[in-house]
Amino acid sequence: MAKVLVVTSGKGGVGKTTSTAALGAALAQEGQNVVVVDFDVGLRNLDLVLGAERRVVYDLINVVQGDAKLSQALIRDKRLENLSLLPASQTRDKDALTADGVSRIVTELREKFDWVICDSPAGIEKGATLAMRHADIAVIVTNPEVSSVRDSDRVIGLLDSKTERAEKGELVEKHLLITRYDTARARRGEMLKTEDVLEILSIPLLGIIPESQEVLRASNLGTPVTLSNPMSAPARAYIDAARRLRGESLVVSVPTDKRSFFGSLFARRVA
Amino acid sequence: MLAPEPPLADWLAEFDALIERSPGFFGGRPLVLDLSALPPGKEDDGKLMAHLAGSSVRVMAIEGRQPADLASDMPPIITGGREIRPAEDEPSAQQKAPAPPPPKAALTLESPVRSGQSVTYLDGDVIVVGSVGSGAEIVAGGSIHVCGTLRGRAIAGTVGNADARIFCRKLEAELLAIDGLYLTADGMDPQLRGRAAKVWLTGDTMMMTALD
Repeated sequence: MAKVLVVTSGKGGVGKTTSTAALGAALAQEGQNVVVVDFDVGLRNLDLVLGAERRVVYDLINVVQGDAKLSQALIRDKRLENLSLLPASQTRDKDALTADGVSRIVTELREKFDWVICDSPAGIEKGATLAMRHADIAVIVTNPEVSSVRDSDRVIGLLDSKTERAEKGELVEKHLLITRYDTARARRGEMLKTEDVLEILSIPLLGIIPESQEVLRASNLGTPVTLSNPMSAPARAYIDAARRLRGESLVVSVPTDKRSFFGSLFARRVA
Repeated sequence: MLAPEPPLADWLAEFDALIERSPGFFGGRPLVLDLSALPPGKEDDGKLMAHLAGSSVRVMAIEGRQPADLASDMPPIITGGREIRPAEDEPSAQQKAPAPPPPKAALTLESPVRSGQSVTYLDGDVIVVGSVGSGAEIVAGGSIHVCGTLRGRAIAGTVGNADARIFCRKLEAELLAIDGLYLTADGMDPQLRGRAAKVWLTGDTMMMTALD
């Protein structure tokens, strides 16, 4: 049975699109059939992060309005054959989305794929509520700082009221993904600790993605970080998170960039 | 039942003061307006009605006025209160509709109240088994009990209940109010921040104490 997953946060710039691409690619590498859908109409980024921006012909709005079939709009990833992208429109805005259109598209995507990952825009208006409407699972992306945590709390409240599942009296399975985590700053008290965030949000932890320069490098290359550098700390964290989404229980830890034994020995210059 | 007495200006001033102290006092419930103490005058009645409507008070019926003295756009005159007895010789008397069940004494929420959510229960206490997020609010006619961290607003005793209290396991509240009197976070004793607390009203002063 296909799973619809929404990657949401409330706050902007916390890592939703990065996480959508990374998790989508990680799941596809495990053999799952994945489609990632960009709901940020007018400010699309998922196509850039996946390196597909030069192949966009039709988009989500074209399909919603019936100008194109879903198969014409889907873009298959060049590196992973079971990863596809449904891009958003750049010329329109979220008012062009309709509840019926989105419902039709999600139903059709459910039949073709194992995972339908919806990349939500920031905010709590139509784009965000339509992205979460049909979700079975929600990944709430949060930075360990106060504004992000409060916005995430708001979004969790919306997941319990504005989704189809909530209206039927069922629950959307919620997972917390902490991103841009800096262990040193958390220790110094400059950033919220994981326990603080969990205490406020009270949802299970999916993973902790450390702050890393690899993320920007990957995005500039137009590749999900799990593909561009799978041994890097954020990539390993995303891969573990994808495994937890599939039901594996792994202990959550913050991966660090590995330094070789010799590297740390000779890192100190001698005179 | 509202029964204005002359001089009307003074009564209206008292009424305004009551509404300001306890905005939810009437709870939107429709009332009967007894105008028997005021001399009849369609223009004055109209002004009174407008003033009440401005404070969100709904008048369902008027008492103490003759039909001739009532303007056409006023609520109807309440019919005389005589008990209606079912006729003895009608065996198949229509069964009286069962009275609606009385409202529960307390509203219990078993999950956290998230930021931006607003819970209103004017008929009694509100109990939250969980935390109340920053930017959330609880409005209760009675007391508020938070079995977790209170980070948002707790507004108790809104129907004029000065006996209402607020309890929480950890005080991080943004605003506390009992019967219209309120305190923001800045006005709260910093010693109590982060501790289990009880808040109550003594006269016109909000009192707070630690419970741990």
